[in-house]
This record gives sequence, structure tokens and C-alpha cells, in this order.
Amino acid sequence: MSAVTRTVPAPTPASGIGKSVRDSLVIARRNLIRMSRIPEMILFGLIQPVMFVVLFTYVFGGSIQVGGSLSSQDYREFLMAGIFAQTVTFATAGAGAGIADDMHKGLIDRFRSLPMARGAVLTGRTVADLVQTALTLVVLALVALLIGWRAHENFGKILAGFGLLLLLGYAFSWIGALIGLSVRTPEAATSGGLIWLFPLTFISNAFVDSNNLPTFFRHIAEWNPFSTTVQACRELFGNLPPGFKTPDAWPMQHPVLASVLWSVVILVVFRTLAVRKYRSAAV
Amino acid sequence: MPGAIYAEGLVKTFGDVRALDGVDLDVPEGTVLGLLGPNGAGKTTAVRCLTTLLTPDSGRAFVAGIDVLKHPNEVRRSIGLSGQFAAVDEYLTGRENLQMVGQLYEMRAKEAKIRAGELLERFHLADAADRPSKTYSGGMRRRLDLAAALVVSPPVMFMDEPTTGLDPRNRQGLWEVIQELVAGGTTLLLTTQYLEEADHLAHDICVVDHGRVIARGTADQLKAQTGGERVEVVVHEPAHIAAAGEILAGFGKGEATVDRHTRKLTVPVTGGAKLLAEVIRELDARGIEIDDIGLRRPTLDDVFISLTGHMAEATDTDEEKEATP
Repeated sequence: MSAVTRTVPAPTPASGIGKSVRDSLVIARRNLIRMSRIPEMILFGLIQPVMFVVLFTYVFGGSIQVGGSLSSQDYREFLMAGIFAQTVTFATAGAGAGIADDMHKGLIDRFRSLPMARGAVLTGRTVADLVQTALTLVVLALVALLIGWRAHENFGKILAGFGLLLLLGYAFSWIGALIGLSVRTPEAATSGGLIWLFPLTFISNAFVDSNNLPTFFRHIAEWNPFSTTVQACRELFGNLPPGFKTPDAWPMQHPVLASVLWSVVILVVFRTLAVRKYRSAAV
Repeated sequence: MPGAIYAEGLVKTFGDVRALDGVDLDVPEGTVLGLLGPNGAGKTTAVRCLTTLLTPDSGRAFVAGIDVLKHPNEVRRSIGLSGQFAAVDEYLTGRENLQMVGQLYEMRAKEAKIRAGELLERFHLADAADRPSKTYSGGMRRRLDLAAALVVSPPVMFMDEPTTGLDPRNRQGLWEVIQELVAGGTTLLLTTQYLEEADHLAHDICVVDHGRVIARGTADQLKAQTGGERVEVVVHEPAHIAAAGEILAGFGKGEATVDRHTRKLTVPVTGGAKLLAEVIRELDARGIEIDDIGLRRPTLDDVFISLTGHMAEATDTDEEKEATP
């Protein structure tokens, strides 16, 4: 009995930002431990982008014209920014499924009954996903180097490109969090987290030169938040093919700024919605 | 002074369903209230409102003297919740789960670690402490879940159907833990659909049905309300039913009810064991052979039937449905 009723030292009262950060880190750590114990999830997360690299490079590569070039080396370099961006956004589904699973298993109820900072459960999850996304990007970049992708700009710019990708991925994981809180099962979160990503990533400049798209789709592609990050990375990596004509649309002309703006807007909007949803979550 | 758990006029509706339809509760400090009712009666919704997981549409609630609606985070510091499902991370070890919960209760990492060790020991999980909880049996997971609710030794505990789905041995084990807790001064609100469980653990019982408290009192009071003891006789020969009925009517407070199919006669009585002996002698003297005879005290099952007109069915349909908007 003694262990149950033993007086526990008074908890250290904490509040505000410090508490938020602390609680978020506890949850992030929990999710990272979890991920490390399900290595197959990380593996599947890698297979898909590697498969896309291979498919697009060797199957479509010779037939897709980018800028004025049909060279497969030019396409390979053009393609990689698109694959990187697609990979970070596909992590959305992971965040959604994880949170839906926590809801389903009653863990969200447990967390909500604890004196935690409001957004910490979701922040912890999205931060853990960010770490996983970063690892995936590193492996994917190595694969890309192996098949002949090269960045031609200085180290700072390359790093900035990956920074933009991570920011986009982080912003998108909040969309995943909201989906995860809104559906009834983890399975629904996985499919619900993926279906809208296909049109989003394909009606863009990720795999093709958006100049070659029909007018209607071209406008969508040029304003697509996803495209702006892809375009920004191509500039920062020096991966724009010779003879490429940058579209006149504002986000394409200022892709780095547009990419940051888009990501911040998505982050703020979906974080607000997701945290609100979390507070009223009822399974 | 209101008790450690106090609620007044709690109402919660989900669409057309009034899951809570004006519930009042008052649980004195250090006692156990059993919230007894069938699936969908509103038990889980009541617990969710009191533990800050749901906001009631109207009514007031205080836990450990703190207003649940005004200061939810202060309430969370004073309560432990153990739900219908073992809410533990299955990929984390038992120790990691408890440490995480400790840290989220604002303990320092080191304190959380020490406390996790104590609880694992206390709940006989020390041997499995460093295995992912996925590998635990159902009973072990429930114990881990309960341990997680006790990390800060909260003065007020809520347990939502703590033993649903457990085998009798694990149920017995959990009952012992709960009794120790209460002996240590914890106030407990427990929901259950097992009448035996409420009888065994709770000081006071509230019977809920369709979002309302339809009866309250101690187990004995509720039983007395249903009527006193009865003598039950099963005769061997169907031909003896009528004669046995006359004898029983002579001893009882009213007519005997007869179930011809099982040849069982029941009559309300006062007088207990002494009277029972007289009945046996009289039946014997008249040459009526009996298969079974007994003095039966009403169970909470009888209470439930007399109150609601239906059995407290222990089906497996999840009560979570009631909480789905």
C-alpha cells in the first residue's frame, strides 16, 4: 500500500511557453521511441520515394521535355526537387494515422485528462514526424546522388532548400493532425491523408514543366503551394534546366518568399484548427 | 460541505440523445460511489464530464473542491482516470509509459523515474517493466493503465468499467488494489455494469438509466427497497405444486409465485433461517419431496429489474457509442 499512497513531492509548477516546450518534448520523445520500434514504417516511407525516383527517371525521363531539353540528365536534376517535396508532404499521412490511432486506443483521452499544455500532444507528434522526415530526406538525397543528381549551388543555398522542404513538411503534418482528429479510424486517416495529396502533387511543376500544361491546370500549378517550394528548391539547388522559362505568376517569380509564406499560412491555419479540434475531441 | 466529487444537474446531449438528463452526485471524501447501469445509460458521459474531457450543456461540477468548468487544468492535477480501455502506448515499455505520464503530471524526469519503479513493483509488473506493453496480457495492461492513473497519488480517482473484459482472477486482483486505494483515503467514482462489483466495492450506489439517476443508496438500502427475503422451493413432483403453495402461503407475507416449468415456488417472508426450518419440517410432514430449498436475499439484479423493468444486460456493445456526437 505504501507505494500507492506515498506522498509524492509537490510537482514543479510550470506554465506558459516553458511548459509547452517541455510537454511537447516528452510527447516527441514518446513518438520517436515508438517509431524506432516500428522500423518497417520508416522503411516503407523510404521505398515509395525511391520507387518514384526510379520510375520517373528511367520510365518517363526520356520522354518528358523540361525547358527546351529532352536530356535525361537534365530531367533527373529537374525531377529531384519534386520528389523531395512529394516525400515531405506524404509524411502528412503518418501524422494523421498516428493521431487517429491514439484517439482510437484512448490515449488522447488519457492525455486530455492530464494537466498538459494544450497543443503539446499534437506538437510532439508533428515534431517527431519532422525528425523522421529529415532522416528520410537524407537517405533520399544519397540515393539521388547515386543515380546522378547534383546540386550546383553553394552549401548555404542547398541547406536553405532543404530547410524550405522541412518547413513545408512540418506545415503539412498539421493538416494530417487535423485529419487524424476528425476521422474515426487510423485506416481512414491514412487514406484520407493521401487522396488529396495526389492531385496536389501532380497538378504542379513537380514532375513536368508547368509551362506545358493546359491553361487551367497551369494556373493551378503555378499557385500551388507545393509548386512554389519545388521551384524554390530548383533555384537553390541550381537544378533548372537550360532554356527553362520561369512562368510569370508571382509565386514562380519569387519562389523562396512564396514558399515561406505558404508554409507559414498553412501552419498557422491548420495548427489553430487542429488544437481547437483536439480540445473538444470526443471518441 | 460538498463532497470530493459533486455534480448538480448535469445535462449533456448528443443530437437527439440526452446522454445525461440532470444528474446529481455527491461523493464524500474517502468513499466509493458506484455508478451502476447498463450500456448507454450515461455512465461514461458522466465520467467524461467530471474529468474535463467533455463540457456539459448545463449543470455544475466540483472535483476536489475545484470548479470543473472554470478551472479544468487544476482539476486535472488532482485526478486520476482509468478508462474502459487500457490507455497505454503499446510500443513503449511499462516503465516508459509511467515515466511519460509522470513527466506530463509535471514531475521532474528523475522523480518520474523513481515513481515509475515503485508503481511497477506495487502492481507486480517489475519483471515485465522493460518489455513493450504490447507483449502484456490483458490483465497486465489494465494494471499498467491503473498505475498510470496513480502516478501522482491523486486524491480523487475515476474508473470507468475497470474490470470489463477481465477474467475472474484478474478482476479479483484489481478489486484488491481498489480496496487498498480506498483504505488509503482516495475518493473513487467507479462505473460498472457488474452488480456484484458495485456491491463489493462501493459504499454508495447510484443506479443510472437513460441519463438519469433512478435510485441511490447503499447496497443494503437498495435491496431493502426491492423487498426483503424470500423462500424459494423446488418441488420434485409437479403434482405437489399446489399443496406446497398452500404451505408457503401460510408462512409467507403473501401468495407464492409459481413457475410450473421449473417447479419453483417463491414467497416473501420475514423470519429468516428459523422460518426456513419450519417450512422444511412442514413440507416433510406432508410428504412433499423437494429438490431444492433456500432463503434468498435480493441481489442487485433484482434491484435493477424492479427499478427499470429490464435486466442490466452485460452485452459487449461499446458504451462509447453514447459519447459519439
